[in-house]
Amino acid sequence: MDYFIQQLINGLTLGSIYGLIAIGYTMVYGIIGMINFAHGEIYMIGAFIAVIGFTLLEMAGLGFVPLALLVVLLASMAFTAAYGWTLERIAYRPLRGSFRLAALISAIGMSIFLQNYVQLLQGARVKPLQPVVTGGLTLLESEGFVVRLSYVQIFIIVLTLVLMVGFAAVIGRTALGRAQRACQQDRTMATLLGIDVDRTIAIPFVLGAALAAVAGVMVAMYYGVVDFFMGFIAGLKAFTAAVLGGIGSLPGAMLGGIVLGLVEAFWSGYFSVEYKDVAAFGILILVLLFRPTGLLGSPEVEKV
Amino acid sequence: MTDALLDVEHLTMRFGGLVAIDDLSFSARDREITAIIGPNGAGKTTVFNCLTGFYKPTVGRLTLKGHDGERHLLERLDGFRIARAGVARTFQNIRLFPQMSVLENLMVAQHNMLMRASAFSIAGLLGLARYRDAENEALGLAEEWLRRINLVESADRAAGTLPYGDQRRLEVARAMCTKPVLLCLDEPAAGLNTRESAELNDLLLDIRESQGIGILLIEHDMSVVMRVSDHIVVLDYGEKIADGEPEAVRNDPSVIRAYLGEEEDSTLPPEVADDMQSDAGARG
Amino acid sequence: MAEAVAVKAGVSRFDLPQVLKEAALAAFVAFLLALPLAGLHLTAGDQGAMVVETRWSWVAIGVVAVFVGRLLLAVLRAVRPATRLSSGVAERGRQRFAAYLPYAAVAALIAAVALPFLPFSDRYIVDLGTTVLIYIMLAWGLNIVVGLAGLLDLGYVAFYAVGAYTYALLGTTYGWSFWVCLPVAGTMAAFFGILLGYPVLRLRGDYLAIVTLGFGEIIRIILLNWVAFTGGPNGISSIPRPSFFGLPFTRRPDEGEVPFHEFFGIDYSGEHRVIFLYYLILILALITNLFVLRIRKLPIGRAWEALREDEIACRALGLNPTNIKLSAFALGAMFGGFAGSFFATRQGFISPESFVFIESAIILAIVVLGGMGSQTGVVLAGIALIVLPEIAREFAEFRMLVFGGAMVLIMTWRPRGLLSHREPTVRLAPRGKGAG
Repeated sequence: MDYFIQQLINGLTLGSIYGLIAIGYTMVYGIIGMINFAHGEIYMIGAFIAVIGFTLLEMAGLGFVPLALLVVLLASMAFTAAYGWTLERIAYRPLRGSFRLAALISAIGMSIFLQNYVQLLQGARVKPLQPVVTGGLTLLESEGFVVRLSYVQIFIIVLTLVLMVGFAAVIGRTALGRAQRACQQDRTMATLLGIDVDRTIAIPFVLGAALAAVAGVMVAMYYGVVDFFMGFIAGLKAFTAAVLGGIGSLPGAMLGGIVLGLVEAFWSGYFSVEYKDVAAFGILILVLLFRPTGLLGSPEVEKV
Repeated sequence: MTDALLDVEHLTMRFGGLVAIDDLSFSARDREITAIIGPNGAGKTTVFNCLTGFYKPTVGRLTLKGHDGERHLLERLDGFRIARAGVARTFQNIRLFPQMSVLENLMVAQHNMLMRASAFSIAGLLGLARYRDAENEALGLAEEWLRRINLVESADRAAGTLPYGDQRRLEVARAMCTKPVLLCLDEPAAGLNTRESAELNDLLLDIRESQGIGILLIEHDMSVVMRVSDHIVVLDYGEKIADGEPEAVRNDPSVIRAYLGEEEDSTLPPEVADDMQSDAGARG
Repeated sequence: MAEAVAVKAGVSRFDLPQVLKEAALAAFVAFLLALPLAGLHLTAGDQGAMVVETRWSWVAIGVVAVFVGRLLLAVLRAVRPATRLSSGVAERGRQRFAAYLPYAAVAALIAAVALPFLPFSDRYIVDLGTTVLIYIMLAWGLNIVVGLAGLLDLGYVAFYAVGAYTYALLGTTYGWSFWVCLPVAGTMAAFFGILLGYPVLRLRGDYLAIVTLGFGEIIRIILLNWVAFTGGPNGISSIPRPSFFGLPFTRRPDEGEVPFHEFFGIDYSGEHRVIFLYYLILILALITNLFVLRIRKLPIGRAWEALREDEIACRALGLNPTNIKLSAFALGAMFGGFAGSFFATRQGFISPESFVFIESAIILAIVVLGGMGSQTGVVLAGIALIVLPEIAREFAEFRMLVFGGAMVLIMTWRPRGLLSHREPTVRLAPRGKGAG
C-alpha cells in the first residue's frame, strides 16, 4: 500500500510534466492538423536554459529560492518561446498549403538540427544541476518504508494545476481563443473576417513552447540532469499523452499526461524499469486501435 | 420482396439525436434512372452513404440483386465489398486520383479482376500470358469508355489537370469500369455549364440504353432530373414525401410544399423555380 | 492563398526601409535564440561544480550573420524576381529532363559496376560505395511504403534490425549460411511488417508516423534489454562472413575448405572480400529496383498509388484498403530485412546502436529528397546524403546539424523532392487513331 502511494505520487509528478508538453502537441495539432515533430527538442531547450539559469543565479549568489525559481521560469519560458516562434516561421510557415508530408519532414529536419545545435553549443555530456529545492514531507512510515512527497513534487503538481486553469481560461474566454478556434474550423473564412492567420497559427507554437519550457524547468529540478537527447523520448511520450487524451483537446492532453505518467510509474514500480517505454508506446498503439479519438476527443465523422 | 434491382426497406439513419433518414423505403429497377431529389439537408447523400457502405444504417434492409441474380444484403457489407457486389458510385466533390493518368484511373477501377489475373502479382511479375491477356482486356474496356466520354486524346494526362466537366465524366466512366449493376451518381451535374450538363445527360442516357443497368441519381438541377429520370423519389427532412414518375411528382402538392415552404409568400430558390417552370412548359 | 500572393508581391519590390526592418527583426530573434545557448556555456568549473562561461562573441557573430543573411536574401529576391514559370512550361521542362533519365540511369549503372576497378578506387572508396548502396536499397524498399503507398513509416529501421538480427542469430547459433538466411531474414521482416501493420494501418497518416516511430523504439529497447537472446548492448559479434558460392574469403581456411584466392589461383588480398560485398549489395539493390519498377506497373502498384491519392475513392471502387496497405508495408519491410542481413554479414558485428531513429530519418530523407516515388531520385539523394557528409569529414561534428538543416531547406525549396515528374504506368497501345 505504501509503495503504491509512493508510485502514485511519482506518477502524478511525471504525468504533470508529460501533460504540459502534450499541450503543445495538442494545440498545434488543433490548429494546423499536423504533429509538431520538433516539440520534444523545444522542451529539451527549455530544460537546458533552466540549468544554465539556475547555475548562473547560484554563481551570482542569489540564495532566495522562490525568486530564483520565478526568474528561471520566466527566462526559460521567454527564450524557449522564441525558439517555438522561429520553428514555426522556418519549418512550417513556408510549407503551409504544401502537402502534408513535406511539413512533417521539414519538422523532423528541424528536430535533428536543434538536437545537434544544442550538442555543439553545450557539449554532448550530461549536465548535472545542484538540487534547487530540497526536502519534503513524510506522509506515511511503516515497516521501514517511507512514503515521501518532496517539495519539488508539490511544486510541480501545483504549478501544473495553476497553469492549466489559467490556460483554459485564456483559450475559452478571450479573443485569442476565439481566433484560434476560428482558424481551426475554417482558415479562409477567418482570413476574410480579418483574423491575422499567420499570427494565430504562430501563437500555439509560442504558447506550447512556453509550457514545454516549464516542463523543462521541472524536469531539470526533479531529475537534476539534462542532456541534448532528452527531448526525443519525452516528445514521443508527450505525443502519446496527447493522443491518449484525445488530440486537439486541452484537458485531454493533461489527462492523457497524468494517465501515462501513472502507467509508467506503476509499470516501473511493479514490473520492469527497462521496458517502461515499451509500456508507454504499447498504450499508444492500444488507444489508437480501440479508441482513436482518445479519452476526451470528439469522434470525427468522415466526410464523403 | 420485389424483383427490383435495389430494394430499400425501412432505412433509418440516426447520428446521435439527429434523424437523418427516417423509415425510408423505395426501390430502383435496372434499365431505369431513379432520381432522389429533395431540398438541401433532406438526407439524399446520407442515403447514398448507407447504400455504398460509408455509413452503417441504424435500421433497415438494403437488398441488391447482383450480377447473377444473387441477392446481397448491403447493410451487412463493408464498403469495398459493396462495390464488388456491383454498386459503383461517384462523389459530390469529385474524387479522382489526381496525379495518376486518366487511363490509370480507369485501370484502378478494374483492380479486382486484374489482381486475380495476376495471381496476386506473381503472374504479373513473371509476365505470364494469362496476366497480359487480362491487362489487354482491361485496357480495351478502358479505351472503350474513353471513347464514350471523348477523352482518348487525354489518356496520358494527369486526371487532376482535366477541365472540370471532363473530370465529372471521367469519374462516371471510372465507376462504369467496375462493371456495376447499379450506378449511384451524387450530383453529377453540380458545377457544370450548360454544354457540359448536356454532354452528361447524353452519357447517362447512353449508359441506361447500352449497359442495361440501373442508375440512382441525386441531383439539384431539375432540368437534368426531369429530362433523364424514369422514376423520382422525393425526400424532405429524411422522409419520403413522394415517389413516382416525373409527371406525377411534379404535380404532387406535398412536393411543391416542400420546395416552396409552408407559407404562401416564402420564395422558392429562383433557379429551382425557373427550372420547374421551364420544364413544365417543355414537357407539357 | 491571397496572403501568399501579397507576400510575394511585397518582397519582389525592393523596399529598403522595409527590408532593413525585417532584417533587424530577424537579428533580434537571433539574439534571443543565441543568448542563452550560444552566449552562455555550461561547463565543469575548477572545483568540479558546474559553472557558466560567457561567449558574447558567439552571440555577436550569430546576430550579425543573421542580419546580413536576411539582407542578402532580400537583395537576391529583388534582383532575381521570382521567375515563376507557368505550370505548363515547368511541366515541359521536367518532361524534357525526364527524357534523359534512362541514359543517366544506364551511365550510373556502368559507373557502379566499374567502380572497384577504376584507377582511383581503393578499399575506402569501395567500402563507401557499399554503404551508399545499402542506403539506396533501403530507400528503394521504403519508397514502396512512403513514395507509392503514401504511408509515412518512421520506424523502417526496425525491419532493417529484424533482418540483421535474424541472420546474426541464425548464423552464429546454427551456422546457417548467408544465402539460406537471406530469404529467411526477408520473410521475418515482412512478418513483423504485417504484425505491426495489421492493427495500425487503419490510422490516419500522422498517427501512423508516430506509431511506426514508437514501434522502431520498441524493437530497439527489446534488442537492448533482452540480453540472453540478443546480447543486449554488446550486440552479436563474429557473425559468419559470406562466401563466394562456398569459397570463403580467408587467408587460412578451415579444414577442408578452399579459399577464394586459391581456387582462382590469385594472391590473397583483403580487398577481394570488400569488392565481393560491393557487388553483392549492388545486385541486391538492383533486384530491389527492378522489383519496384515492375510491381509499380502491376495492379497492386497502381492500387498503392491510388490509395495514396484517395482512399475513399478506392473503397468505392472495390479495393480493400487494409490488404493493399499491408502488402506495401510487408514488401517494404522485406527489402529492409534483406538489407539488414547484408549489413550483418558485412559488419560481422551488430548492436542496437546501429538501429536508432536517426537511421530511419536518413532513409526517409533519401526517399523524400529524391522525389517521392522516383527510383532515380533515390540514387541522387542517396549519393548526396551519404557521400557529401563523408567528404566533409573534417567537419564531422557538423554533419547531422547540416543534415537536419538541409532537410528543412530542401523541403521549403522543393516540397516534392528533386525529381518529381511522374510517368504513367500504362499507356494505350498505339493502334487506332491518336492514342498518343
